[in-house]
Amino acid sequence: MEKTLDLKYTYTEKKDTRSGFGDGFLEAGRKNPNVVGLCADLIGSLKMGAFQKAFPERFFQVGIAEANMIGLAAGMTIGGKIPFTGTFANFSTGRVYDQIRQSVAYSEKNVKICASHAGLTLGEDGATHQILEDVGMMKMVPHMTVIVPCDYNQTKAATLALVDHVGPAYLRFGRPSWPIFTPADQNFEIGKAVKMIEGKDVSIFATGHLVWEAIVAEAMLREEGISAEVINIHTIKPLDETAILESVAKSGCAVSAEEHQVNGGLGDSIAQVFAKNHPAPLEYVGVNDSFGESGTPAQLLEKYGLNAENIVKAAKKAIARK
Amino acid sequence: MEKQSSDQLKKICSQVRRDCLRMVHAVQSGHPGAALGLTEYFVALYFNEMEHNKNFDMNGKNEDLFFLSNGHVSALWYSVLARTGYFSTEELATFRKINSRLQGHPATEEGLPGVRIASGSLGQGLSVAIGAAQAKKLNQDERLVYVMMGDGEQQEGQVWEAAMYAAHHKVDNLIAAIDYNGQQIDGPTVKVMDLLSLKAKYEAFGWDVIEIQKGNEMEAVLEGLAQAKALTGKGKPILILLYTEMGYGVDFMVGTHKWHGVAPNDEQLENALGQLEETLGDY
Repeated sequence: MEKTLDLKYTYTEKKDTRSGFGDGFLEAGRKNPNVVGLCADLIGSLKMGAFQKAFPERFFQVGIAEANMIGLAAGMTIGGKIPFTGTFANFSTGRVYDQIRQSVAYSEKNVKICASHAGLTLGEDGATHQILEDVGMMKMVPHMTVIVPCDYNQTKAATLALVDHVGPAYLRFGRPSWPIFTPADQNFEIGKAVKMIEGKDVSIFATGHLVWEAIVAEAMLREEGISAEVINIHTIKPLDETAILESVAKSGCAVSAEEHQVNGGLGDSIAQVFAKNHPAPLEYVGVNDSFGESGTPAQLLEKYGLNAENIVKAAKKAIARK
Repeated sequence: MEKQSSDQLKKICSQVRRDCLRMVHAVQSGHPGAALGLTEYFVALYFNEMEHNKNFDMNGKNEDLFFLSNGHVSALWYSVLARTGYFSTEELATFRKINSRLQGHPATEEGLPGVRIASGSLGQGLSVAIGAAQAKKLNQDERLVYVMMGDGEQQEGQVWEAAMYAAHHKVDNLIAAIDYNGQQIDGPTVKVMDLLSLKAKYEAFGWDVIEIQKGNEMEAVLEGLAQAKALTGKGKPILILLYTEMGYGVDFMVGTHKWHGVAPNDEQLENALGQLEETLGDY
């Protein structure tokens, strides 16, 4: 399907976004001696091994004890350290919500919560590990910044940007091998949406892995004579309201696309912006109040309605509602 | 700060207890029981044992740090912080009131000097203190980190995650203490959820444990703290089991969980203050 389409972005390589984190984290360690790492028995999965090898004195194996890890990280900021915690997204949020709330966010600690294996694309491990509520939980916490980069290069750039950012942050990435389509040398600006493709009939606001699906959807829509604008919302909080409103002022309708529950996700945040400033039709591509299951990433994205075809359908529906 | 004699410290304790009772009474809310029970320990730490800088700096480099995990003892901590010069004693009158820096449970958001982490949701402070102790090691900072926990708080699972970690990582610049008063909100700990031997538990987790059997006698507290300090730097985290009496210093409050989270009325306050000498001047 993809090969026959005239895609506005192409790729020569696929890689997991967690590797972007791992490589960015190593570079972060070189860049700033205060960067420290903590991991709850998932060093390989989080790709933190290179940092651990390069800076063993600045890396802390915590064992399977995530609540303690979040508290330790909060404590290490007292003394000027910049801790990056690593575990799966499920154990980075739901399991430790209260620790994040009190010891990190309310206490305004400079902790970077780095979460892999988020969403359905974790695949075969199934619903216990496929968290789809994490963005909602994290964006509700005051003081928290929430970042969901779209590919390897962007995840690496986001990881490096967090070294200079002051305050609690949640960085969400994943496991599947995914097209690399953003530049290696990009300047990652937290809170600044990236317009990927210019268009006028519908705005597609996508985040994470679904930015690629949105790019595929744009080509499919173009074949039918529909001009879609694709905007990469890599920072869910703070949300780039200006970019969102500028786009919808032109297109008059929108689709949100994310690997997350519709409740509490990016689409919810966009709906608030629309309701307050510019009421417009909005269709949601996301998971509708259900858990996931085992399967390959592609199978799961199809079954739960999160792939390019579903973005196309949603775009047409949004346009029809104008 | 110059070291005080134990007689001087006892006089300070009397004033601090008055502060706690007056603070809690003024807003008819707060937690007097454990505050009265821990007064000797806090006064000993802040007036004699810790090297600390009252010109507050969040990073606290090259000074001893204190963390309060059982945040409901806030009135006591605020009184001691004010009496050691972190902020004016007049500010104690704002405790638990709207627009105050003295929140019901300690917080950093309002910028109260002396507080480095929010606490109140139990079980989190030990982890934070261990993290701060490890940051000190990374910074080649030889000062110590102290943390206070409740005994009921030991029922929280995170405490044991932290206990396991501290021994494994040889965090030996840490002195944790447990307020061993045997009481929690719903009654005696032996009835609510028996802690059995905390000494045996922590020793099995790889800690050195010191018991201060008379946690409301200043000399015993000072001696226990000296022993604990002597054990630092030897590869193990240190725990003080501090046996205290909840409500100590006021005859009708002592030894019962009933005053955990209840404020005295006007008459009770007058009775209680009659038992505690005003030594430094009320705020």
